Amino acid sequence: MTQATKIDQKQQTITELFIEKARAAAAFVTEVATYEEAVNYSIDLCGKQGACRLKVSGCEEHLSPDAEGLCETKQEKIIAAPALDEDDYKLLFDTSTANGFSCIKSGMRSQLAGVDIGFSYADIGIAETGTLVLNCPSEELRIATMVCEYHICILRKSQIVADAFDAAERLDSYMQNAPNYTAFITGPSRTADIERVLTIGVHGPLELHILLLED
Amino acid sequence: MQQAKDLKKYRQECQESLENDFLRSALDTFAVAYRTSRTNAFEGIDVNGLIDEVAGMKDDALTRLDELYDQFKKNAEAAGVTVHYAKDADDANAIISRIAKETDCQKIIKSKSMTAEETLLNHALEDEGLEVTESDLGEWIIQLRHEGPSHMVMPAIHLSRFQVRDLFSDVTGSEQTEDIEKLVKVARRELRQKFAEADMGITGANFAVANSGAIGLVTNEGNARLVTTLPRVHIALMGIDKLVPSIEDALKILKVLTRNATGQPITSYVTWVTGANECEIGADHKKDIHFVMLDNGRREMAKDPLFSQVFRCVRCGACANVCPVYRLVGGHKMGHIYIGAIGLILTYFFHGPEKAKNLVQNCINCEACKDICAGGIDLPRLIKGVQARIQDEQGHPLPSLLLSKILKNRKLFHTLLRTAKWAQKPVAGDDGFMRHLPMMFFKEHDFKALPTIADKPFRDLWPEIKPQIDNPRFKVGLFSGCVQDFVYPEQMQAAVELFADNDVDMSFPMKQSCCGLPVQMMGEMKASRDVALQNLRAFEKEDVDYIITLCASCASHLKHNYPVLLEDDPKLKEKVDLFTAKVIDMSSFVHDVLKVSADDFDGDGKKTTFHAPCHLCRGLGVHDAPRNLMRTAGMDYREAAEEEVCCGFGGTYSAKFPELSQQLLNKKLDNVEATGAEMLLTDCPGCVMQLRGGLKKRDSQIEVKHTIEALSERRKKKQ
Repeated sequence: MTQATKIDQKQQTITELFIEKARAAAAFVTEVATYEEAVNYSIDLCGKQGACRLKVSGCEEHLSPDAEGLCETKQEKIIAAPALDEDDYKLLFDTSTANGFSCIKSGMRSQLAGVDIGFSYADIGIAETGTLVLNCPSEELRIATMVCEYHICILRKSQIVADAFDAAERLDSYMQNAPNYTAFITGPSRTADIERVLTIGVHGPLELHILLLED
Repeated sequence: MQQAKDLKKYRQECQESLENDFLRSALDTFAVAYRTSRTNAFEGIDVNGLIDEVAGMKDDALTRLDELYDQFKKNAEAAGVTVHYAKDADDANAIISRIAKETDCQKIIKSKSMTAEETLLNHALEDEGLEVTESDLGEWIIQLRHEGPSHMVMPAIHLSRFQVRDLFSDVTGSEQTEDIEKLVKVARRELRQKFAEADMGITGANFAVANSGAIGLVTNEGNARLVTTLPRVHIALMGIDKLVPSIEDALKILKVLTRNATGQPITSYVTWVTGANECEIGADHKKDIHFVMLDNGRREMAKDPLFSQVFRCVRCGACANVCPVYRLVGGHKMGHIYIGAIGLILTYFFHGPEKAKNLVQNCINCEACKDICAGGIDLPRLIKGVQARIQDEQGHPLPSLLLSKILKNRKLFHTLLRTAKWAQKPVAGDDGFMRHLPMMFFKEHDFKALPTIADKPFRDLWPEIKPQIDNPRFKVGLFSGCVQDFVYPEQMQAAVELFADNDVDMSFPMKQSCCGLPVQMMGEMKASRDVALQNLRAFEKEDVDYIITLCASCASHLKHNYPVLLEDDPKLKEKVDLFTAKVIDMSSFVHDVLKVSADDFDGDGKKTTFHAPCHLCRGLGVHDAPRNLMRTAGMDYREAAEEEVCCGFGGTYSAKFPELSQQLLNKKLDNVEATGAEMLLTDCPGCVMQLRGGLKKRDSQIEVKHTIEALSERRKKKQ
């Protein structure tokens, strides 16, 4: 066996572990061959799968007038993707608008009622726990990935490491480059604060979709 | 928040918790589920190795606390953060109020912070006219109810969905249902609105990373991400114990923290904030960030040779999860602000002896917390240490003074026990139980029948029954402990017979006394040391391979506590080491040393179950030996649920907190009865006393015996 095949096999094992652990944390994991496929996945989720709605989750409940007021500020079906490069953003924007969805990359502070989909890349994947690492000093990106109902996150397979200690050097380099804001994300937002009943989507996304991209 | 004036009031409050059916069933379900999820989360991980690593790293960090603080401050400030040092709770609250005023903040959104609970920060800020909203769901619920947390990680575990429904109906001014999913969504929307309008965010921190000036925040809900992102000012309040040298060290803690806290491999979110991040609404589009580092008694603790290990605490809350007393009474009774075993200790240092004095007595010393602690802290020992300190500061209660005086004089102690035999005559039954309790004092003890003192203690029987062994395989010294000597000498006799048939030569040094654990449990450390020395002297001239005790508590105390009690005298070290190396419990001796086999017994297939004494399974780490022995001796062993959970005896604990002892006993007996066993075995005379007394009260047909009795009865007799 050549050195290169050995490395490929090791990476394959790590990737399989990542998929298993991310799913165990209630994330949806799908492999995509190209970025275009990731865009199509998102449009499908937003449209056919019914993820994009005018009324975000919780707004159908009996709320106080203030909370109700914030709900009403959302008037469109929105995909937010603040940190993409120009080409990637253009494809997402064109496909979204063609399908009747609004696509934005800034102005997240006026979208605190919520957006339907937050679309981003992850920088590292940690197999041991199925965790995504997002180096996100950009405020827009942080808000987009928190106030979205569904977070779709692309992870390049080559960026998956076995455990957090294998990512320590990169994490340290992020932190040495202050200011910095780094997020570990594992599955959707959850709570068990009422009677220890596991409930999804208390503050952040209701669903986390990880798209593993070949590279 | 526990703040009863005296023990009587405290016991009343505990009783109220016992009557709260919802709390009881919620904590029961949690205790059982937690053990399984924790085991699963640590699958394939060397847990003890990891705990040792964390403990070693934290111990090392403690030796250079000042250096780490300076480094953290320098790096954080270079990255645009202001670092403040707060000497106590008032100081921290004042700093935070001042920042709010200077930055013109009115509305504050918070994520969960035990340190902010410790300083009662919300009250201080509200007194300044600021509006504070907790955003962690559980914290928000208890804030709205004007309560403190009842668990460090699950602050509202004591509340039902119906209580939350009523609360949320009030908050929204609109009728809610008890559907948990809907209630969570209501909180999502109500709190989103609070996030949107907040000027200031306040968080705690799980880590303060010295070499970068970063902080780490561990949450499931994601609220800390919003708290640190949306408002223009961010304050993180943290104890100086949160300092770690590097990100690698923080990751080590993270690996054990979430697994130990809730049985999760990791929480949904871990957030690392380094420096003044981008913030559109901040001055220069930068966030205004302040780190407030709190001392509040931590440095005093760090300097103390016994208590410095408290710094290893990562605030996972696991010590409450496994505490049988917490499970009965809940966090509001098992802590002032910090909860569980660590809470009893921290309360003394952070909130003073008045708040701690009742709490520290409510430890049954079962060691379940020590067994599970993420930092390897010897929690039961530290709890006793706090109790001893408070007694030294405030005076020793009469019973514990008396007992320690008596124990120091072995002859007096033994004479008293002999006299007790005559005193009990009028109330002693023929069946070995007291017929009725002689004193009003014991009225809460009515849940179990108490045994009578034996006609002849083992020490008087010994000269008559000492066997002659011609070609001994082993020479052993017998340590009886008070209960087997004076109450159950037949257990010792059973051991003598079985050992003799296995060619074991025995001696019984007459100058041995009580092991000393009862006085140590009462916080009488000096008396405990005196008795330890007596026993060491009693055995030092014996030429034996092993020192055997049939009492798991004695064994674990002799083995693990004597070295600590006697460490002040270095001249004794060699003797103590020799002594403790020889100490072994009966089951391990018969199983591992004598290596008995099925051929040695006539089995009868009797349906038998087991209670694992705390000091056997956790104190000595013995799990398999007694269970294998039951099978080897031909009994039909049936495992009971929660076999390794305390029976509620706890020595002097059952006299101090009879109501709680009774509840623990009931749970234990329910599990025993559910096995359908005819016989219950255990390796500790104290547990025998508790279990036998409880079953007698239930009119149960199940026999309770010490394991040695069951083994000895089934042995193929040679003599």
